[in-house]
Amino acid sequence: MNMRISAGEFTERSLQIIRDLKHLEGPMLPILHAIQAEFGYVPDEVKPIIANELNLSRAEVHGVVTFYHEFRDHPAGRHVLKLCRAEACQSMGSDRIADRVRELFGVDFHQTTPDGAVTLEAVYCLGLCACAPAAMLDGEVYGRVDEHCLSEIVAEVRR
Amino acid sequence: MTVTIFVPRDAAALALGAEKVAKAIAQEIAARGLDAKVVRNGSRGMFWLEPLVEVRTAHGRVAYGPVKAADVASLFDAGFLTGSDHPLCLGLTKEIPFLRQQTRLTFSRCGVTDPLSLDDYRHYQGLKGLEKAISLTPTEIVKEVTDSGLRGRGGAGFPTGIKWKTVMEAAGPQKYIVCNADEGDSATFADRMIMEGDPFVLVEGMAIAGIATGATKGYVYIRSEYPHAIATMTEAVEIARAAGVLGPSVLGSAHAFDIEIRSGAGAYVCGEETSLLNSLEGKRGIVRAKPPLPALQGFLGRPTVVNNVISLASVPVIMDRGAAFYRDFGMGRSRGTIPIQIAGNVKYGGLYETAFGLSLGEIVDHIGGGTATGRPVKAVQVGGPLGAYFPRALFDTPFDYEAFAAKDGLIGHAGITVFDDSADMLKQARFAMEFCAIESCGKCTPCRIGSTRGVETADKIAQGIEPEKNKALLADLCNTMKFGSLCALGGFTPYPVMSAMNHFPEDFSPAPLIEAAE
Repeated sequence: MNMRISAGEFTERSLQIIRDLKHLEGPMLPILHAIQAEFGYVPDEVKPIIANELNLSRAEVHGVVTFYHEFRDHPAGRHVLKLCRAEACQSMGSDRIADRVRELFGVDFHQTTPDGAVTLEAVYCLGLCACAPAAMLDGEVYGRVDEHCLSEIVAEVRR
Repeated sequence: MTVTIFVPRDAAALALGAEKVAKAIAQEIAARGLDAKVVRNGSRGMFWLEPLVEVRTAHGRVAYGPVKAADVASLFDAGFLTGSDHPLCLGLTKEIPFLRQQTRLTFSRCGVTDPLSLDDYRHYQGLKGLEKAISLTPTEIVKEVTDSGLRGRGGAGFPTGIKWKTVMEAAGPQKYIVCNADEGDSATFADRMIMEGDPFVLVEGMAIAGIATGATKGYVYIRSEYPHAIATMTEAVEIARAAGVLGPSVLGSAHAFDIEIRSGAGAYVCGEETSLLNSLEGKRGIVRAKPPLPALQGFLGRPTVVNNVISLASVPVIMDRGAAFYRDFGMGRSRGTIPIQIAGNVKYGGLYETAFGLSLGEIVDHIGGGTATGRPVKAVQVGGPLGAYFPRALFDTPFDYEAFAAKDGLIGHAGITVFDDSADMLKQARFAMEFCAIESCGKCTPCRIGSTRGVETADKIAQGIEPEKNKALLADLCNTMKFGSLCALGGFTPYPVMSAMNHFPEDFSPAPLIEAAE
C-alpha cells in the first residue's frame, strides 16, 4: 500500500465508510465507490475488512472488485483522461484521436505517464454520440474532440 | 421585467462549451447592469446547434446557436434580450423544423424547463399523471398502461403493462421498481437527456409504477459514465422527497414510495436486467438464467419491475392523456412515440421523438441531413453495439420493432450511428467481437470464448488467410453465440457481425497476401 497513512488509520477510515453504508440493501457497490473516492483506488488491504463487515468471504469481495472496470487496484495519475472508443465516436475518427493521444502522452490505454500526470483510459460511450468524438477529463466532458481540443487537454494536464 | 435566458446544462451542451457561455452571459449581465437571469435548462436535442441559448420574449422563446463564449458580447450588442436579429439567431425555437416536426410526448418538457424546478414541472403538466394514478386502483393503472401499447424502450420491446401486471399479482412483503439507467449502447443518449433535462418525469413514472404494483421502494441504477445525470437525479429525488412527491405519503395519498440512486461501475453487461439486479445486490454482474422472471424473483429475490428510463418516463403522459391518446401514434404493434437518437457521422445529430413508422432513409437523409463529412452514407448501425448494420438498400425499412426484426436487425434503444464511405465493415465486425470479449460477464461459453475467437477469425480474414474458410467459420461462430448465450450480449453480437458480412461482402474480400503473390 503506497499511501502515506498508518495501517491503523487506514483500517479506521475504511471501517467508518463501511459502517456508514452497510445498512443499505446491497451495500457493496456504494461501499466500493466510497472507498475509491477516499483512497483513489480499492486497496487489497480493504477487502478483508469489507468481507468481515458484510459477512462475506475475501474471495467474494475480490470477485466483485475485479469484475467492474471502474474499480482500480492501484492509484491513477493526477488526471484521468477517458477517451470514447465506441462506434459513434469511431464513425467520426476516434481511432485517429486515440493514436494521437497515445503519441502525445507516450502511454497506451490503462497506463499512467511516468511523471504521474495523467492516466489514459478507454471508455465505451459517454452518451455524447451526436457530438463525437468524445472524451472526459476528470469528469469534465469534451465533444467534437480535435487537435485544438487535445492541445487544451494537454495544457490542462501539464499545468 | 426580468428577462430569462436559457443556457443548457445537458452534458452534451457542456461538452461543447455551455459552461463558458453561461459564465460569459452572467458577466455581461452584471457589467451592463441588466435585469436578466440565466436558467440552466436541459437540451432540446439539436446538438449541431449546441450550446443553444434561448431568450424568452413576448413572442415566445428565440434561439441562438451554436454560441461560443466569444459571441456573447455581440449578442448583447445586437439586443438579443429582446430577440433581435444576429448572425446566430435561429428565430423562434418552436419553429425550428427539426423541433417543429417532432411529436414530443415523453420529451415534452426536456429543454423547456429548469430541470430541478418542481414549480416549472407542475406548470408544464407535470404530476398530473401521478395525481390521476392516485385516483385509480392498481388494476386500472395497469390496464391503462397495457392498453397504451407501451413496450420496453430499453431494447427488448416487452409490453410494459404485462410486466407490471405480473408484479402486481405477485405476493411479497416488499416489491421493487428498478429503473435501468445503464444506457451503455453507443449512439444512445435519450436516458441521459431525460435524467439531466427532466428528472421529475422519471420520478413520477416510477411512483406510478410503485402505486400500480404495490412496490414502495425504487432504485435508479445509473452508469458511472454519466456523472451529470447521477448528480441531477440525486438532487431531483431530494427535492421530490422534500415536497412530498416521494416519501411515506405520495402527494398526500395512502401510498408510500421512495427512490434511491445507485451508480454502476463501468460494466456494459449490467444493462441486461438480471445482471443489473446482481450488481445492485452487490455481486458480480453475472447474468441470471430466466426463469425465475425478475418480476417474480428480482432484486433480493423479491418481485421487481425492471424498466428502462424511457419506458418509465413515458408513463406519466399516458396516465395524464389516456391510453387511447398514446396508442393512436405509431404503426402495427409499435404504439406511441420513440425518441430516435441520430448520432455518429451525421450533419444534424440529436434526439428526434416521433411516432413509430418513419423509414430509416427519412431519418438518416432528411432528418439527419446525411453525413457530417459530406461523403456518401455507407452504413448505419441501428440499436447500439448489438444492432445490425444497414446498407442504403434497406433504407425503406420502417422504424418499427417487427419490421426491423424481419430484416435481421433490431431497434434496440433507438440509437442510430451513421458511417460514411470511409468505414471498413470488416473492422466494424471485428470491433463488435472485441467489444463482446471486453464486456462479456463470462457465464456463457459461446460469448466468453466465442467473442475472442471471433476477433482472431476476423483478423485472419483481414490478412487474407483462407478467407472463404474463415468467413464460414465466423458465420458458424455467430450461430453458436446467437443460440448458445443467455443474454443479448452474446446472443446479439452476431447481428452487427453477420449484417456487416452479408451486406458489405466487398469489405470481407481484401487483397490477397503479398507473400502469396510473390
